[in-house]
Amino acid sequence: MRELLDDIERWRRDGQRVAVARVVGLDGSGPRDPGAAMAVSEAGEVAGSVSGGCVEGAVVTEALAVLAGEHPRGVVTFGYSDDEAFAVGLTCGGTIHVFVEPLDW
Amino acid sequence: MSPSASTTPVFDALRDAVRRDEPVVLATITDGDDVGAKLLVGPEREPLGTLGSADLDRVVTRDALGALASGTTTTRHYGRHGEARETDVTVFLESFAPPPRMVIFGAVDFTAALARAAKLLGYHVVVCDARAVFATPARFPMADEVVCEWPDRYLAKHGEALGPRDAVAVLTHDAKFDVPAIVAALATHVGYLGAMGSRRTHAQRVERLREAGVGDEALDRLLAPIGLDLGARTPEETAVAVCAEIIARRTGRPVPSLRDAEGPIH
Repeated sequence: MRELLDDIERWRRDGQRVAVARVVGLDGSGPRDPGAAMAVSEAGEVAGSVSGGCVEGAVVTEALAVLAGEHPRGVVTFGYSDDEAFAVGLTCGGTIHVFVEPLDW
Repeated sequence: MSPSASTTPVFDALRDAVRRDEPVVLATITDGDDVGAKLLVGPEREPLGTLGSADLDRVVTRDALGALASGTTTTRHYGRHGEARETDVTVFLESFAPPPRMVIFGAVDFTAALARAAKLLGYHVVVCDARAVFATPARFPMADEVVCEWPDRYLAKHGEALGPRDAVAVLTHDAKFDVPAIVAALATHVGYLGAMGSRRTHAQRVERLREAGVGDEALDRLLAPIGLDLGARTPEETAVAVCAEIIARRTGRPVPSLRDAEGPIH
């Protein structure tokens, strides 16, 4: 989160709402540890990352859906898993749990 | 947009704390009744926000300060009122610890390279040398602090703040500086202590350290010659070997340190 502060401040000064996505859990191997964070502005600008690039696109989509009120804030899971519902995978074979919420706190 | 009417008090407090390197933990409910609820805690402040129950806040504050002490970011489960061994509420504890410190004794060419490499890894870098002509910010613009002081005196003042995440590198190459520096560093809780010098220099240094009362157990903490056995030659390569050794010591991986190898350093 530390490295996102400048971008978040800039977007908010421009009057944009912001969503924050943070890695809160990891099963198996994953590229980034818990605490890795990404911020997404209402306009779809992105700062930071939650993986090695594998799931960023899906996280942006989720963040915009949360900002638009289409999805509730909460944990989204990405990765190769027995559950075929997870369409987006990590190339390292791990699973990451990402908490996505609007920055309204 | 008046600053007095912030709609994001917890974020604002977190941002200000992080910017001034104040250690804090942000606790967030990620699963349970009140998903998204926040509590910001730290050893230097009153808790801000709530997770919905005074009892839960109290238990999470205690656990958060424990996580902060080790710089850990983790997930915990509790009952609605903080009960252990229950799982009604999932709380993500994110530690914002100040950057680890690297103190480099000796203002030499190797120091500039090591300071640059340490900055890459996110350290707060202090360069310390007793010689005023060498210990100047102009020679070490990449360092966060350049201190003109005898190493043992510097550690007498600041050694107490050093912990397991921090590092001390003794690059002085001069027994009159590095023996007192190593003795003083061994009295701290610093996680990594390395000293530069050839195997022969180090053998002589060990004799002097023993004369100064340093025992086997303390000597075991000292990594000398400093760095992994990479065959590093230049200041920059040596800096990589030192930083790699710091990482390997932290992760406990079995990669060869120069100390534990034999033969030429490069």
